[in-house]
Amino acid sequence: MNDSQTISVEVVGVEQVTPQIKHFKLAPVGGGSLPVFSGGSHIIVVMQGANRVHKNPYSLLGSPSQLDTYEIGVRRMEESRGGSHFMHDTIKLGSRLEIAHPVNLFALDKIARKHVLIAGGIGITPFLAQLEDLHEGGVPYELHYSVRSSEHAAFLERLRSREGDRLHMYYDSDGQTIPFQPLLANQPLGTHVYVCGPAGMINHVIATAHACGWPDSHIHWEQFSAPPGGDAFDAFLARSKISVHVPPDRTLLESIEAAGVEVPYLCRGGVCGFCFTRVLELDGQLIHNDHFLSDADKARGKSIMPCVSRAQCTRLVLDL
Amino acid sequence: MSAVFSIHETFRGDFTYRNSPAAIRRFPLPFPEDNYMYSVNIEPHLPGPPGSVTEFAFDVDEHYVAECRERAIVLAAEPLRYQALPHMMSSQWDCLELIMESLARDYPAHFSLSKQGNRWHWINRPLEIDQHFTFGDAATLPREPLDYITRQAQGDFVVMDQREGDLWTEAGMVTTQADWSLDFDIGMTFKEWHGPVPLAHELQVFDRALKFLLNLRLGQPVRRLNWTMTVNPRLDTSPENYHSWGTDRASVTPQNAGDKVHLRVELQGLWRLPRSNAVVFGIRCYLISLKELSTVPKWARRVHRVLRDLHPALVDYKGLTRYRDAAVEWLAPFDDGSPTTPGTAPE
Repeated sequence: MNDSQTISVEVVGVEQVTPQIKHFKLAPVGGGSLPVFSGGSHIIVVMQGANRVHKNPYSLLGSPSQLDTYEIGVRRMEESRGGSHFMHDTIKLGSRLEIAHPVNLFALDKIARKHVLIAGGIGITPFLAQLEDLHEGGVPYELHYSVRSSEHAAFLERLRSREGDRLHMYYDSDGQTIPFQPLLANQPLGTHVYVCGPAGMINHVIATAHACGWPDSHIHWEQFSAPPGGDAFDAFLARSKISVHVPPDRTLLESIEAAGVEVPYLCRGGVCGFCFTRVLELDGQLIHNDHFLSDADKARGKSIMPCVSRAQCTRLVLDL
Repeated sequence: MSAVFSIHETFRGDFTYRNSPAAIRRFPLPFPEDNYMYSVNIEPHLPGPPGSVTEFAFDVDEHYVAECRERAIVLAAEPLRYQALPHMMSSQWDCLELIMESLARDYPAHFSLSKQGNRWHWINRPLEIDQHFTFGDAATLPREPLDYITRQAQGDFVVMDQREGDLWTEAGMVTTQADWSLDFDIGMTFKEWHGPVPLAHELQVFDRALKFLLNLRLGQPVRRLNWTMTVNPRLDTSPENYHSWGTDRASVTPQNAGDKVHLRVELQGLWRLPRSNAVVFGIRCYLISLKELSTVPKWARRVHRVLRDLHPALVDYKGLTRYRDAAVEWLAPFDDGSPTTPGTAPE
């Protein structure tokens, strides 16, 4: 949480790379270099909309050694709360944005003997930067990239020219699917698997890896949940002594911020656990959409990740 | 601190290390109150007031040249005080960049760094070093990057790789330590490394500290103070050399404690590193004798009370058992019982 320390950037490149994905290049306003980062990092992009602020996480997909620009890929979400639509419809060459310093919640394991990277659709973006690190590392790796059809295969030319036969493509339109079971059942000891893509793919990889005997320490995944909307509700912030209304298309975190109360956050996608908030009173039920709390914690109903989770209730009191 | 370097002082043998009056006034006293217990006392490593030890990212003071010489002496006898596991090379370059950029920015009279792409030129005037090298190519430096740069820095450095929801102690330069060994601890997780610390585990200090550090952000370093005591101004109190300093503890008397007993304060800084996503832990050691300390009346009163009332488990852990009473007795005449003002400022 450090909006005071954001970096002002200007859009210096926009390219529609698939029917749904736009590729943006961001350069620091006034020139110079952006901070060094590691493959797998994301930034929070702060978008000043007409009557609301969007803050969305996007993986950095450029080379960590090319710091005159950051590159991100933005998929137009069908049920967007506005962030991805704003990026697609409003942001153009020369637009100004604010970004936060990179954070890496999806780092390559440095003692892995081999890396198996599995991407579905827009999930390719964190791997693009990781591949730059892997080129220099001397550790074997392979990339399995699944897309709906060839027109949806973002960044494929870049990957083909650099990865050669380490790249394995799968097209849904041709009935091709990643052979998860044999893939995960036949890896040398010390292999780490990384998956980024739709929730179904991530869950399937995790379940298959477990069934094949993989330890959790060797299974890595990242999914920024686009926070789903829902019914409006109200929350009372006990320490601030104010009531906050959460409309259907805004998150609890956004509504709290709009009321002037700061909550620490890193990812705004239900992953990092930074915005963990204690629930003091509740007369309905919480709708947990995060990947951070354990199932037991979710069932207990004593805590919530306000960046993605909501409530169905008439009274919710938070320790804020 | 615009320091005149005490280039001949020693931290062994004749122990000629002394603090100037200015160095005493800026000493980082770790006791904001008249008593002491653990806390997760982590704060942002933001620039402190001009002249203070936290004015800059890395404090270079009057002991700089002598401390670098002391480090070289230790390493010549025991090369394993510096170690880095093979997967830590990118973090080594991260550390070199952080230290060189900080020193050149903050002390332009002493250090300079110029870059043309990956071609870097480093000048360290106090140590008379002039080095051209290629950033990222270890063959262009006389030593590994972390070894090279930490021989030119005060304080110890430990680099922790982040994986499996933990921090692993996997590289470091450790020659000014309070009785712990990098050679023993290398490869350990965060809690294994801190295993010997009493009470803190029960207080869940390390659970909270680890959780905090796993989320440490780029460009937002943090710091804390820690402390113990050392007999004679000896920087290298290592387990490897216990035979050469352990017996010093028996030499303290209520008469000589003012000269012999030193408060040893560690200014610990933690930075997220950009290329490696590792965390570097800097442990900068400051020593002050009780006699030097007693020139500040408030500090003499406060340290007297802290030592007198210290929890017995901490007395043992910090190795004070043999001489705590003598130190308290030496300080007692400076404590008239009058209150101390809050905070650590000299008065």
